[in-house]
Amino acid sequence: MGTKIILVLCYILLAPFLGGILEGFDRKISARMQGRVGPPIRQPFFDVIKLFKKQYIVVVHSVHFLLLSYLAFMILTGAMFFAGADLMLCFFILSTAATFLYFAAVITNSPYSTIGSQRELVQMMAYEPAVLLTAVGFYISTGSFNVRTIIQQDYSLIMKMPGFFIAFVFIMTIKMRKSPFDTAASHHPHQELVKGITTDMGSKNLALFSITEWYENVFLMGVVALFIVNKNPWSYLAAVLVILAIYFLEILIDNTSARMKYELMLKMTWIVTLLTAGVNLLILMLIA
Amino acid sequence: MFGESIVPFLIIFPLVVALLMLVIPVNEKANKVRRTIAYTSCSLIMAGVCALVFDWGMGGFKPISLFPNTLVCDHLTLYAEVALAVVVTYLSFKYRRAWVSLLSIVPTVAIGWLDLFGPKTRIMDETPRIYIDHLTILMCIIIGIIGSLIIIYAVGYMHGYHHYSHAHVKDRRNYFFMVLFLFIGAMFGFVLSDSLTWIQLFWETTSVCSFLLIGYTREEIAIKNSFRALWMNLLGGCALTIAIIMYVFSTGDVSLQHLVQYVLAGKGTEAYAMLLIPVTLIAFAALTKSAQLPFSTWLLGAMVAPTPSSALLHSATMVKAGIYILFRLAPAMSGNLTGVMISIVGGSTFLATSFMAIAQSDGKKVLAMSTLSNLGLMVACAGVGTPETLWAGVFLMIFHAVSKSLLFQDIGATENSLGSRDVEAMHGLLYRLPLLAICMFIGITGMYLAPFGMLISKWSALCAAVDEGNILLVLMICFGSATTSFYWTKWLGKIIAKTNEGPVKDITKPNEKISIVIHSIMMVALCCLFPALTQVYVTPLLMELFGEPAQVLPTGVLYLLVFLIVFVFALPAIAFAFSKNMRANQKLAYMSGINTGKDEGFVSSFGEEKKLVLANYYFKDRFGQRKLMLPCQITIFVLIVVMMCMIIGGAF
Repeated sequence: MGTKIILVLCYILLAPFLGGILEGFDRKISARMQGRVGPPIRQPFFDVIKLFKKQYIVVVHSVHFLLLSYLAFMILTGAMFFAGADLMLCFFILSTAATFLYFAAVITNSPYSTIGSQRELVQMMAYEPAVLLTAVGFYISTGSFNVRTIIQQDYSLIMKMPGFFIAFVFIMTIKMRKSPFDTAASHHPHQELVKGITTDMGSKNLALFSITEWYENVFLMGVVALFIVNKNPWSYLAAVLVILAIYFLEILIDNTSARMKYELMLKMTWIVTLLTAGVNLLILMLIA
Repeated sequence: MFGESIVPFLIIFPLVVALLMLVIPVNEKANKVRRTIAYTSCSLIMAGVCALVFDWGMGGFKPISLFPNTLVCDHLTLYAEVALAVVVTYLSFKYRRAWVSLLSIVPTVAIGWLDLFGPKTRIMDETPRIYIDHLTILMCIIIGIIGSLIIIYAVGYMHGYHHYSHAHVKDRRNYFFMVLFLFIGAMFGFVLSDSLTWIQLFWETTSVCSFLLIGYTREEIAIKNSFRALWMNLLGGCALTIAIIMYVFSTGDVSLQHLVQYVLAGKGTEAYAMLLIPVTLIAFAALTKSAQLPFSTWLLGAMVAPTPSSALLHSATMVKAGIYILFRLAPAMSGNLTGVMISIVGGSTFLATSFMAIAQSDGKKVLAMSTLSNLGLMVACAGVGTPETLWAGVFLMIFHAVSKSLLFQDIGATENSLGSRDVEAMHGLLYRLPLLAICMFIGITGMYLAPFGMLISKWSALCAAVDEGNILLVLMICFGSATTSFYWTKWLGKIIAKTNEGPVKDITKPNEKISIVIHSIMMVALCCLFPALTQVYVTPLLMELFGEPAQVLPTGVLYLLVFLIVFVFALPAIAFAFSKNMRANQKLAYMSGINTGKDEGFVSSFGEEKKLVLANYYFKDRFGQRKLMLPCQITIFVLIVVMMCMIIGGAF
């Protein structure tokens, strides 16, 4: 029980730092890939602090409480995950959190954020099957949805479920809002989408959004670790290495591809999900 | 034990009220009388259901069998059957669709022949005609409470219907309420009967009632759709009749209970394949009743009827009848070809209709598609036929009945006030019709959002499908859930989006509001109480059906879910209270600098002011009903034909 509480507290307190630093590296590496010097690693924190200090401007007042709920549900998701709870339940709460983000964007009745929110919904539809199938994959491999049980296997689960791993990494590109799947929100405002879902979020609200993204990224990395971690303590180190490799891969994909049409994204994600996770599921069920 | 008097009361009393409703003329004064009678009899029906539950509970919640040796009643059913055939024949000749009458005449003659000249065995005479267990009581509660509430709602709704939204339709309220009550009575008969000949009678009655309800307006489209519903349901009735005849000839029995027992006992023997044919035919009939593909079109066509009848058809009665019979048969379908057929048909319907729902913008059509989709999941659960899937199926049924009834009534009331039932027209409904919007919100979140009711059922269905190794079903549920979330979430977004349009005058009658609010409260209560419901009710129900209990999700998880539900309400509330008094500088939405200044339009390139209209994604050209329906229907039809041939051929 004690370790559980410590883990949850660690997540609540440290996840934003970890997420922020990861984003800092993200920006730095991206800049180097583009031949720029790039901002310091701490830049994301400066940005968020500055956003909190800015004058509070809103289009609709309710956006704030919806984003607060988004943040709260995201923290809840991660807390449950690191407490070793049911993985499926974590994913369900994650989708509830995402729904609140959708509400926050759509309630403004602003054209760009509505377009962004509609695309966000398409993205949710695209990644949902892969997410659910991943949970199912863990369940078949270990007989339990419990994160606690899943990490106490004799070997890394990626051996049994490489297809699910590929599918999950694929949809992480969508979840992390990386190009070519950044259809709902773009990094640069001077595009047809403006800033998509975040167009009408400013100051405090945008800061909340950024912090929530950090929490989310740490949670997603946790799920990636779930594929690697086993009884052996050294597997934790391996998991960290895999996470860093995956993060680098996402940055690379982000910098080497242009935004895709959302319909193509939907089609592609579903086909990849079927071919990797679906086939893996079939094999697991046949040998089970 | 007063069960012996309550059961006939529940079946016959609505019929008497139905006659009464017919004789009360349609005018202002008489409508008040009708209202009083409707309220009183609905209360009586609810009281009757309560009394039945009480009586059954006093008996220790044990299954009860009633009324062996009911020769007089058996003859009465025969007369009723003939009367139904006469009505169908008359109407099908009147509207120049004579061939439909054949589907009614042939089974009636066949059943009549079986009753009068068929084999007479002792077991047939002595089998109790009425059987009451947990599943029956559950159905009775759904029909009694939700059905009655819908009628109460209908009293107010039909007033608005004829005065505001559909003033051109001839006011035939006496006829409408007659059919509604007839329907309730037939449904009670259907779920309480154990004798298949009785079930067949009530089956045909519900088919004819739905036909009459759908054709209420007598417009060309209504007549067309009502006949489609009629022939599809009567086709199911024909399958049921053949099943009964085969069953009687092979065993000399007509009890539905016994059929399942025979099949379970006969596993591995030669008679097994032969016994499976009636099971398959009855299951096929249930597919037509539950509007599974390829028979889904009748339920979609039923939308032309006034909303209370849609609510009744979709939530409490018609479609649940098919599910009910499949749940009864589920143990007999476990692990054989029939089960595979039913689960594939159900799973495909779940997936295909959740796709088609994306392309719908008419609110009632979305609800219809989602009904089909949920029914598909229930059918799939029954087809897999294990206690675990049935656990999920029963919960789906309970949650679906309440939330769908709520949503239909709500959308009907919204249409009366707003003048449209298009989801796009509901932009900013929360600020225009607050009460209706909030209830709609509750209904929709109950349908899909974590951690509310339906999602739990979907989750356990998924677990059960994994445990069963049914990979097709696992994939269908995963993809179907994704599409389901899509169409519900975009609807919710429409309701809460900011608008500059002023409030609309809410012309919803108090009785409509009462029914809607009660439903919302029931919905929330169900979500909070369902772990208790599992232990108290659903586990014994599964014990009766399978002889073993089932629980897919551990009880700890269930309580955690309830805790989360509280959280889901509490978190936004706290966040709202926290941020309510924050000072903010309110600005216009970003429109590339061409916002007209009122946040409701922009300046076009010609310098004119254009109104800003925001719409959801529908993918009409990809997921449209026109595009997907026919291929799905053909595929599944071929599948059903092939598999039925395999099952029937396997017996000989």
